[in-house]
Amino acid sequence: MKSLGSIRRSFAPWADPTAVPFIAVKNVTKKFGDFVAVDNLSLNIYPREFFALLGASGCGKSTLLRMLAGFEQPTSGEIVLDGQSLAGIPPYRRPVNMMFQSYALFPHMTVENNIAFGLKQDGMPKPQIAERVDQMLKLVKLDKFAKRKPHQLSGGQRQRVALARSLAKRPKVLLLDEPLGALDKKLREETQFELMDLQQQLGLTFVVVTHDQEEAMTMADRIAVMAHGKVIQVATPPEIYEAPNSRFVADFIGDVNIFDGTVSSAGPGTVEIATQTGFTVRVASSDAPAVGAKIGLAIRPEKIRVSRDEPACAPLNAAQGEIWDIGYLGDMTIFHVRLKDGKVIKASSLNAVRAVEDPLGYDQQVWISFDENAGVVLKD
Amino acid sequence: MSKFGSAIFNRLVIIIPYAWLTIFFLAPFFIVLRISLSETAIAMPPYLPVFNLVDGVSGIVDKLGELSVANYVFLAGDALYTNAYISSLKIAVISTIATLLIAYPIAYGMAKAPNMVRPTLLMLVILPFWTSFLIRVYAWIAILKPEGLLNQLLLTLGVIDEPLIILNTNWAIYIGIVYSYLPFMVLPIYSSLEKMDHSLTEAALDLGCTPIRAFWRVTFPLSMPGVIAGCMLVFIPAVGEFVIPDLLGGSETLMIGKTLWNEFNANRDWPVSAAVATILLLILVVPIMFFQHAQAKADGEGK
Ligand SMILES: Nc1ncnc2c1ncn2[C@@H]1O[C@H](COP(=O)(O)OP(=O)(O)OP(=O)(O)O)[C@@H](O)[C@H]1O
Ligand SMILES: [Mg+2]
Repeated sequence: MKSLGSIRRSFAPWADPTAVPFIAVKNVTKKFGDFVAVDNLSLNIYPREFFALLGASGCGKSTLLRMLAGFEQPTSGEIVLDGQSLAGIPPYRRPVNMMFQSYALFPHMTVENNIAFGLKQDGMPKPQIAERVDQMLKLVKLDKFAKRKPHQLSGGQRQRVALARSLAKRPKVLLLDEPLGALDKKLREETQFELMDLQQQLGLTFVVVTHDQEEAMTMADRIAVMAHGKVIQVATPPEIYEAPNSRFVADFIGDVNIFDGTVSSAGPGTVEIATQTGFTVRVASSDAPAVGAKIGLAIRPEKIRVSRDEPACAPLNAAQGEIWDIGYLGDMTIFHVRLKDGKVIKASSLNAVRAVEDPLGYDQQVWISFDENAGVVLKD
Repeated sequence: MSKFGSAIFNRLVIIIPYAWLTIFFLAPFFIVLRISLSETAIAMPPYLPVFNLVDGVSGIVDKLGELSVANYVFLAGDALYTNAYISSLKIAVISTIATLLIAYPIAYGMAKAPNMVRPTLLMLVILPFWTSFLIRVYAWIAILKPEGLLNQLLLTLGVIDEPLIILNTNWAIYIGIVYSYLPFMVLPIYSSLEKMDHSLTEAALDLGCTPIRAFWRVTFPLSMPGVIAGCMLVFIPAVGEFVIPDLLGGSETLMIGKTLWNEFNANRDWPVSAAVATILLLILVVPIMFFQHAQAKADGEGK
């Protein structure tokens, strides 16, 4: 891949073969009775990384996190943290703290005492506890609520107390299970950036579980896409989006059009595919599949152009259709274009100009086209 | 329902508990209080004055003047009654603590049991209620008497050489009360433990508590409402308990319930027994009211 890297350019320990992972999950399987919740899963997470576990409900994200925290024991396999195997180490001896999906604030304690709870367990001297609690309250902007009980707080405030409590002990690793699930969109976006800042400031390793892909894309250095207890792909957000390694990942992250077809010729660096829809596609592909192989081609909507006139590249990477549906979102417009064989594809275009003369309308005959490097070949 | 109608409905709903309390608690209480201020008489009913509507208002006012606190003065002057109160409170406190110590682990075990067996366990706790209370207390006589089941078992096992004397001692009363009131302690504690979010314990472990400390700092404080309810349900009836000390206790056992029974039935002294009952009620109600007040205040703090 050419320019697909991490957002934080300089930070890419996973690309460095000499880097030592901070958390190493090695062939971990977790069964509940006959049910396999986590299936022979391996992962490396590096120090100071913001790592996201992304997947549909029930795919085993929480179970993996709970094994890191020590609430569940792997049925087989091993988890190593900072060079030390975690097997048999109970949760209260792990340098790991967790922010619970349900927050799990102690209802009989004030906000202050909730945050101080872990520090008191460590036997920290009182003045230091008070100082740290103050600092944490400021960090999550709850200084005015120190004396309240959890039931006297709003959902968002509770979530921030939970965050402050889990950060108070300065754990080496913070595990966050759907930390922003209960927040409305605006507060959620704000908090996402606050979390990222915090992680940078404190230099901690974060493992966050979410089933919100935008959230994962925004916050994480790397994302592990999970399904049925397995990791399907681990990569940076741009890689996950632009170079999904499978139909599942392509489909799970964002919108995508997938054309099925057969490889008709494979040259150096490019592949030609005869799609089932009836047009020929030439795409850039580093490893050439065999001629005759059945493959899929994934193209994101924003990489497809819609035009009235026949594009220059036609008949390659272009097809005719009619506009089936138009969704105006303000910043962009989504076109659903119905091709000749009935396949409906999605194309989006930015509304960079305020008033377009003669905009595309329903039922118009149009061309769709895309560049050679717009699509990704999916072999499965 | 219209807004107006629903407002009336809300008022009515509030009236129901008050009406219940007035009819079944306050009214009888005032009747007992009135009798306690009367004088014994060989008559029917066995006290004076007797209020009668035919006396008219002035007659009733005259008779009100005849009421006196003489019975209370008498009770205060006689060590027998004071001792009976103190000994009842002592027995009730000890049995309540013993019941709590036994009931808590049971309730905890039930709350931690798999969902499938919980209804069965709950059923087992309630099961003794299907037999009459009196029969169950009689059964304890058969168990505890010198040649009873317990002594036979211990003798056969060689734990003891001669039968333990338990029946007709305070030990038998403790056993009887703990046994009889155990479900009243188990059920409220179970219900407070059962609805507790398990992730709270996990959070405590996560923050560095050992399981034992997590229990004392999180689980136990959160089960306090159940513990308090259970203690009240055991302590209050235990103070006035009559059947258990009468059947299992010995001659040296002094409990206020038994004293009251003697005054009422053997001596036919209704006014004194009414005074005994009134004081018992005050001993129980006043501290509880203080306690609830303090609780409400503590809850209100931090708002
Ligand atoms: N204690 C348990 N006993 C039996 N099955 C369990 C247990 N815990 C989890 N599972 C099962 O394991 C699977 C994975 O659960 P997990 O909680 O890890 O899902 P998740 O990915 O976190 O989902 P969500 O996004 O809904 O939180 C689920 O099918 C769940 O039913
Ligand atoms: Mg989950």
